[in-house]
Amino acid sequence: MSIFVNKNTRLLVQGITGREGQFHARQCVEYGTNIVAGVTPGKGGQKMDDIPVFNTVKSAVNSTKANASLIFVPPAFGADAIMEAADAGVDVIVAITEGIPVLDMVKVKNFLATKKCRLIGPNCPGIITPGECKIGIMPGKIHKAGGPVGVVSRSGTLTYEVVDQLTKQGLGQTTCIGIGGDPVNGTNFIDVLKAFQDDPETKGIVMVGEIGGNAEEEAAEYIKKNLTKPVVGFIAGLTAPPGRRMGHAGAIISGSSGTGQAKIEAMKKNGIHVCENLGEIGEIAKKVF
Amino acid sequence: MKIHEYQAKELFRKYDVPVPQGKVAFSKEEAQAVADELGGYPVVVKAQIHAGGRGKGGGVKLASSREDVGTLANQILGMTLVTHQTGPAGREVKKILVEAGQKIAKELYLSMLVDRQSAKIVIMASQEGGMDIEEVAAKTPEKIIKVYVDPLCGIQAYHIRDLAFGLDMPSDAMKPFSVMVKHLYTLFVANDCSLVEINPLILTVDNQVLALDAKVDIDSNSMFRHKDLLAYRDLDEEDPQEVEASKYNLNYINLDGNVGNIVNGAGLAMATMDIIKNAGAKPANFMDVGGGATSEMVENALRIILMDQKVKAILINIFGGILRCDVFAEGVVQAAKKTGINIPVVIRMEGTNVENGRKILAESGLNLTSAFDLKDAAAKIAAAV
Repeated sequence: MSIFVNKNTRLLVQGITGREGQFHARQCVEYGTNIVAGVTPGKGGQKMDDIPVFNTVKSAVNSTKANASLIFVPPAFGADAIMEAADAGVDVIVAITEGIPVLDMVKVKNFLATKKCRLIGPNCPGIITPGECKIGIMPGKIHKAGGPVGVVSRSGTLTYEVVDQLTKQGLGQTTCIGIGGDPVNGTNFIDVLKAFQDDPETKGIVMVGEIGGNAEEEAAEYIKKNLTKPVVGFIAGLTAPPGRRMGHAGAIISGSSGTGQAKIEAMKKNGIHVCENLGEIGEIAKKVF
Repeated sequence: MKIHEYQAKELFRKYDVPVPQGKVAFSKEEAQAVADELGGYPVVVKAQIHAGGRGKGGGVKLASSREDVGTLANQILGMTLVTHQTGPAGREVKKILVEAGQKIAKELYLSMLVDRQSAKIVIMASQEGGMDIEEVAAKTPEKIIKVYVDPLCGIQAYHIRDLAFGLDMPSDAMKPFSVMVKHLYTLFVANDCSLVEINPLILTVDNQVLALDAKVDIDSNSMFRHKDLLAYRDLDEEDPQEVEASKYNLNYINLDGNVGNIVNGAGLAMATMDIIKNAGAKPANFMDVGGGATSEMVENALRIILMDQKVKAILINIFGGILRCDVFAEGVVQAAKKTGINIPVVIRMEGTNVENGRKILAESGLNLTSAFDLKDAAAKIAAAV
């Protein structure tokens, strides 16, 4: 079992003919993901390798029954691409694009509230169910299929580091999700935690947060109230200065809110096993799970 | 992107949000000329730096004559202003805003920002104007009125009524207040602001509503559609190394430690800083070269970090995965040779062909040490400084 995506997922890629889109679409196919279509306006009718390219998401969905979309368009067109995918009726939208203006995302989020689809990201590495399908830019081979660990994170390479340590400890993963480093994003920690709780194969969860906002604090309270599975937590950015945007648009301490210390305290208070040194997260997970 | 108060007020004027009369000045003479134009006293002389708390730091003064303006301009221009937001080093004042003094009946607080949780634009207001709003929020949260605006529908009349009645607005001030809030919302959305804050917003004795202060932050991600606002960027307010890094799309922040670090990805970069601290050393910077990492990026990153005299050693932490470590190691060796690096460098990399990569580093003849994992990297970097 897994959450949100699996071997039956039929993926389309928006921006498949661009440099990034092409490279990562090929990596996904190599991993075993079933990519059924690409979309690049003006390039409909062409093919990228053996994948048919369409002008619009709607035509791609109509012809190929795609039910998920992976987005690689530039930030200026990110909001448009997400809304197009949502209107075309795909179930899962994964937006890799970094740098979408926050007021665009605010509109997208309110627009999506009327739709049934799930948005992952933007500014994220994507989602992978090891051994079944990879929808994103993460290196597939560091993952280990079969569970028992579910991973959720706001970050990219930091997630790879965590997964790599889990795999080296012999702990496989059910699904790994990067929810993205932007202040306003689609799927949040709580959505993923709930899904992991309901997934019988996920026995434990690793949650990787960072400074900025209070999503980790809310998630920690949710965990105490609703989860029976053990959670290992990590927070990046304890040495970050206030008022500075640390790479991710959402990673900023504003006044006294969003500090790493507050998040760690919230995690500890709510029964999460907090890892305070990234080099040890694999060992701690091994002990806890 | 942060902008100055005088620039924010320029934007306010463009959108018909009332502000006091005034102009920016760069010298004593200019300041006095502005005061002459204003045609009356008192006038206010305000230091223009990208930090709050200027009043408490001595950067905002009242002048009652032309001579006063001159004295205060001389005093404030060139001073190093230290506030709770500048850090102990403070910031040199290079410009001042000279404004007409106002007859204040009441000081209020008003701000707009994006609320991350609800994905709405939140307008906050309080009768506790002129105070530190974080303090008000912590001690007396009931004194803050919050109104959430759905960005798809925009601001409605009832939002403004909620604010006006909550602020106990006198009936004569209702209309100017409503118009002001509407215009401010338009400004917020049209310019992709991440924050607009007016503290204080004043009610004058004749029931006029006026933004006595103005703070505007623009979403950096939106700059592609605001080429006009780029003119507001003030390089004097930025660290020279950070300016240099931004030319190469490197996310760099200068800090006060002595271990330079170069990492791919923001989350891992933050975690790497934390690891350096845990190992008993202090990070000299935050440097994210992006999820992928090319040797050109590392070369630029190394060059920028080496500009920093306090850096005694450098930790490079690259989690590639897809990246080929042998190619990357070649790049690092080339970059190290080009930049003439003469301090220890510890490199932790992960990805394809990592063994070959380590071999290339070991055989380079340079002071490059490979680390096997994060714990090893932490120990080696702590030993190097």
